[in-house]
Amino acid sequence: MVDLNVDLGNGLVLDNPVLTASGTFGYGTEFDDFIDLNRLGGFVVKGTTLHHREGNAYPRMAETPSGMLNAVGLQNKGVKYFVDQIYPTLTKYQSKVIVNVSGSTIEDYVSCTEYLEGLDGIDAIELNISCPNVKEGGMAFGTSCASAEKVVAAVRKVYSKHLMVKLSPNVTDITEIARSAEASGADSVSLINTILGMAIDTNRRRPLLSTVTGGLSGPAVKPVALRMVWQVANSVNIPVVGLGGIMNAQDAVEFMLAGATAVQLGTANFIDPQVTVKVVEGIEVYMKEHEMSSTKDLIGGLIL
Amino acid sequence: MNKTVQRLVVEKKEIVNKDNFILSLKSPVPLVEVQAGQFLSINVEKSKDVFLRRPFSIHDVNYGNNTLDVLIKSVGPGSAALKEVEVGDLVDTIFPLGNSFTMPNKGEKVLLVGGGVGIAPMLYLAKVLQPITSDINILLGSRKGEDQILLDRYAEVGNVLTTTEDGMVGEKGYVTDHSFMKERLQDVGRIYCCGPEPMMKSIAKLAEEKQVYCEVSLENMMGCGFGVCLCCVTDTHEGHKCVCSDGPIFNIADLKW
Ligand SMILES: Cc1cc2nc3c(=O)[nH]c(=O)nc-3n(C[C@H](O)[C@H](O)[C@H](O)COP(=O)(O)OP(=O)(O)OC[C@H]3O[C@@H](n4cnc5c(N)ncnc54)[C@H](O)[C@@H]3O)c2cc1C
Ligand SMILES: Cc1cc2nc3c(=O)[nH]c(=O)nc-3n(C[C@H](O)[C@H](O)[C@H](O)COP(=O)(O)O)c2cc1C
Ligand code: FES
Repeated sequence: MVDLNVDLGNGLVLDNPVLTASGTFGYGTEFDDFIDLNRLGGFVVKGTTLHHREGNAYPRMAETPSGMLNAVGLQNKGVKYFVDQIYPTLTKYQSKVIVNVSGSTIEDYVSCTEYLEGLDGIDAIELNISCPNVKEGGMAFGTSCASAEKVVAAVRKVYSKHLMVKLSPNVTDITEIARSAEASGADSVSLINTILGMAIDTNRRRPLLSTVTGGLSGPAVKPVALRMVWQVANSVNIPVVGLGGIMNAQDAVEFMLAGATAVQLGTANFIDPQVTVKVVEGIEVYMKEHEMSSTKDLIGGLIL
Repeated sequence: MNKTVQRLVVEKKEIVNKDNFILSLKSPVPLVEVQAGQFLSINVEKSKDVFLRRPFSIHDVNYGNNTLDVLIKSVGPGSAALKEVEVGDLVDTIFPLGNSFTMPNKGEKVLLVGGGVGIAPMLYLAKVLQPITSDINILLGSRKGEDQILLDRYAEVGNVLTTTEDGMVGEKGYVTDHSFMKERLQDVGRIYCCGPEPMMKSIAKLAEEKQVYCEVSLENMMGCGFGVCLCCVTDTHEGHKCVCSDGPIFNIADLKW
């Protein structure tokens, strides 16, 4: 028997290591036609902010070699709408539900989190201090240790359940930020968010995105993400959730061997909305083939 | 209707002219009901240069044979690679996606306007309209005469009108220049339009002036095609809406054009 359970700490135990990445999975319910969401370890719903946000102007997306740029800019109807309209539709799932929280100020992050603290059906929050597509806040919090510490500590005070902090790859040394998050009370860190990128339409001599720059995701970022997960896993004592370009079970296994306790799938869902379930099955097959009975054998199992 | 991921078999490939071709895709299981205006997305597995799925309107549906037709114009790597698929190949699709055109009142005069490959959804729409009204007018516009394709097929389902910018087929000019627009637009109950955005905007302007109800089918760039990435938005009076899931069909009165 293969035991796919993983423990991310502070009460967040997943039936299997597969989560979805925020902003690529809607509120989860959009996938009901395609998969049984209860087969997932959990899902991370789209970036939620204190107030309604319209996001950036169209065009917000550009396909690039083995990936895509996006500049959605956290379009969402605000946390109140989430709590009143969306939350009731999510309580029916057994898999864990994680809300991705964003803000422009520390007060925003804190107030947004306070709405979620009392909800039994929300198992954790993922603090997004790494969004490259908003003018204020977002990534700014995740690119200096001092501001990362401040926002994580402030949210920690008002949130008792599992607090995952999502890190930006757009830094010189991601391990420093990871350690700051850990020191400020994060229960786990997830990485990577998108890598800041750009694309130009040469015929029109104009940027392809309305915001000029945007976030790169998909297989194009995988080697960078894997390297960062490896570095962070070796420098913090809290669990690491790995993501960035995972398209199949083999990719997921690579992240886990590098030290990730769980993985998230993002852009892959756009190409195959059933990919998450296939990855769960594929990890199980891999473990059987390699005679691993517990995910403990897989996590950080890289042989050097 | 539930969206499904399905491998469809290429039953027929019809080369229409140098740029356009039709793929008939057969479902191994009974075809789910598809509404006029909906689309499918194709994972172009044949091309390494193509990462995301490509959306295409449903051009025709044959429930008896369980086939869906798509009319594709080759414009880049994805559509070009699809031109190379062969009969018997499997194509990874998701459908049905998006909302649909709304139906007119019984017997109402309707005008379907298609520009370029925007004519694609108009064939199935006309077929769906046939039991509701016999007054179906189909205005097809293209730049050159040689781009006027499939006219005989459209003629089977409605009264075909054409414009070309080079004047080689039908009336010379843009679709908005057609004499129908001056003489009979006021009698039309509904306009359905799909084509390049400048064309749809000029039709929308005319429709507004003459106060004729008008729906357009938008073709924004898509990340996912089923409402989760929020990449395909258009500006409406109620804020950003997703072309893939709130659309692709929009009432022009709702758009901030
Ligand atoms: C709802 C919907 C229905 C569509 N129906 C049809 C159809 O029935 N038949 C058909 O041939 N095409 C249709 N399209 C457009 C089709 O999806 C694109 O032409 C195709 O994705 C281009 O892919 P490519 O790899 O060949 O070219 P790309 O390299 O992706 O693009 C080539 C050129 O076309 C432009 N382009 C790409 N996608 C779009 C788009 N969505 N809208 C406008 N310009 C675009 C690019 O800017 C570029 O200049 C539809 C699009 C949408 C959103
Ligand atoms: C369209 C899109 C929207 C995204 N929105 C969010 C978001 O709201 N919050 C967030 O933390 N990350 C967001 N991300 C980043 C992803 O969650 C993920 O970190 C990134 O895409 C890398 O993983 P992937 O390569 O598997 O997609 C978004 C990514 C995409 C492509
Ligand atoms: S294309 Fe992803 S939401 Fe429309």
